[in-house]
Amino acid sequence: MTSTAATSARNFFSHAGKKTSFLRLFRNHFLTGLCIALSLLTLVPLFSIVVLVIQNGLPLLSTNLFTQLPPAPGMEGGGFGNAIVGTLVMVGIALFISVPLGILAAVFVNEYASASWLATLVRFVAKLLTGIPSIICGVFAFAAVVMTTHKFSALAGGIALAILILPTILLTAEQSLMGVPYAFREASFGVGATPFQTIWRIVLPEAMPAIMTGVMLAVARAAGETAPVLFTALFSQNWIKSIMEPTASLSVLIYNFASLPYAYHIKLAWSASLILVALVTLSNILAQVIFAPKHR
Amino acid sequence: MACLLASVLTITLLAFIVGEILFKAWPAISKFGLGFITGKQWSPNREVFGVLPVLIGTTASSFLALLVSLPLGLAIAIFLSEDFFPGPVRQVIRFVVETLAAIPSVVYGLWGIFVVIPLVQQYGAVIAAKFGIIPFLAGPAYGNSLLTASLVLALMVLPTITAISRSSLVAVPYTLREGSYALGATRWETILKVIIPTAAPGIVASSILAFGRAMGETMAVAMLIGNSQRLSWSLLSPSNTLSALLANQFAEADGIQVSALMYAAALLIVLTLGVNIAGEAVLRHTQKATAGLR
Repeated sequence: MTSTAATSARNFFSHAGKKTSFLRLFRNHFLTGLCIALSLLTLVPLFSIVVLVIQNGLPLLSTNLFTQLPPAPGMEGGGFGNAIVGTLVMVGIALFISVPLGILAAVFVNEYASASWLATLVRFVAKLLTGIPSIICGVFAFAAVVMTTHKFSALAGGIALAILILPTILLTAEQSLMGVPYAFREASFGVGATPFQTIWRIVLPEAMPAIMTGVMLAVARAAGETAPVLFTALFSQNWIKSIMEPTASLSVLIYNFASLPYAYHIKLAWSASLILVALVTLSNILAQVIFAPKHR
Repeated sequence: MACLLASVLTITLLAFIVGEILFKAWPAISKFGLGFITGKQWSPNREVFGVLPVLIGTTASSFLALLVSLPLGLAIAIFLSEDFFPGPVRQVIRFVVETLAAIPSVVYGLWGIFVVIPLVQQYGAVIAAKFGIIPFLAGPAYGNSLLTASLVLALMVLPTITAISRSSLVAVPYTLREGSYALGATRWETILKVIIPTAAPGIVASSILAFGRAMGETMAVAMLIGNSQRLSWSLLSPSNTLSALLANQFAEADGIQVSALMYAAALLIVLTLGVNIAGEAVLRHTQKATAGLR
């Protein structure tokens, strides 16, 4: 009697044990499958974006896009050469302002005063600046430049982009300087070099490839941004003649043309997207491929 | 010396940005005061400005985006930190997610206009017809809606969530995993009961930072959300966000409207800075916490 009870109890528990282990295994495999399925799900929208941009952007792709001006509403033909030039000019202005400023500040933070409260403050502010929405850069440039000069201009757009990319350049430059082994500096001091000579002749050249990576990432970011230039550089149907007048850019062109009821303008928006994505991807690849190996 | 100057410039830049915007917003701040935040009307013609519907739209769209993005992003982060597939396959997925981050916002907007809006229009009408009694799903269903903007936003903040969650999952010491396996736990019991709880602060930080990014995101939202300042509870009706409001009205604004927009910009700065500082604080705390486990 007792032995039967013990057996049945043992049977019950071993059976239950099998059942739980089956359930546990099933749950394990189910969750693995779910996790993989969700991960692959994200491929779908990306695939859709890439395919549509290529599919809709390619048909109009020709040299005309680069050499001609946008057509008047309702008309066909033409390109957006002025927008490509405008984007390049504004990114150029942004780099002209932010690259020297960012690198100098990084040198200060990492070489001259790495442990001081001022350096900590610079890092903190740079970190905060990365979190500021890009449109705020535009609002600031509108307040500081457009409202002062009473003009929408490429300069205002360039300044907005400069603020946008400054923290990126500063923080990556600081990382790059940090990557230079301290022995290099000691060796330089050892042969009698001043701190300035050490930084200028030894540390900066050594860190330069990595700094350039940061700069290329900044170029990619600036070229793709719309919000900072939307109401600072505005848009223009014509070629840029001076940086003090409204200027077209690829991103604003996409925004403006996407909501127009003309099929040709929408096609132009897709082509501009293709070129913009190509430009951004190219800068990103340049950042990672060309400069990276030397850094390691 | 030049280096010091550059550093001081960088520090003052933030103060200058905030100061300049507050200065230009002052006429609106002194005229409307806090009524600006609680006001439900935005009509430049009558010089009445209130941003309550826009504030709600900003929070709602970012929150919805996070709701969609967090499970997906966490799944990818787990996928990338576990060895379900060999390294190269995981590298491909990682590359794909990083590519998502590199696509310009305005291209998301263009894609949203031609892909997401028709989808939402088609299925939104069906949903509104069936579940219209629930205020969140009430019709009429528009393509340019809160839902459309949130879906595209979800895609845009996915890389943020994935990258930060992944690094906090990877930072969980391997010995914890081995200990769990040694007690007989399955892989998912280990993930759900040991690894995720240990990495939780990092995942929370990723969500907060993603929320901040979503609030500041401008162009795609401006192209998809419908830009309506009318207060509505339905996900299927047009709405607006602070950044989209700025994007749409700045170029043509003048007089007191510029000040009102500057006021809105100041609110946006306060919101995003607050969220970002909170996120960074949690992240810093996480790094300290996991460092202690080693």
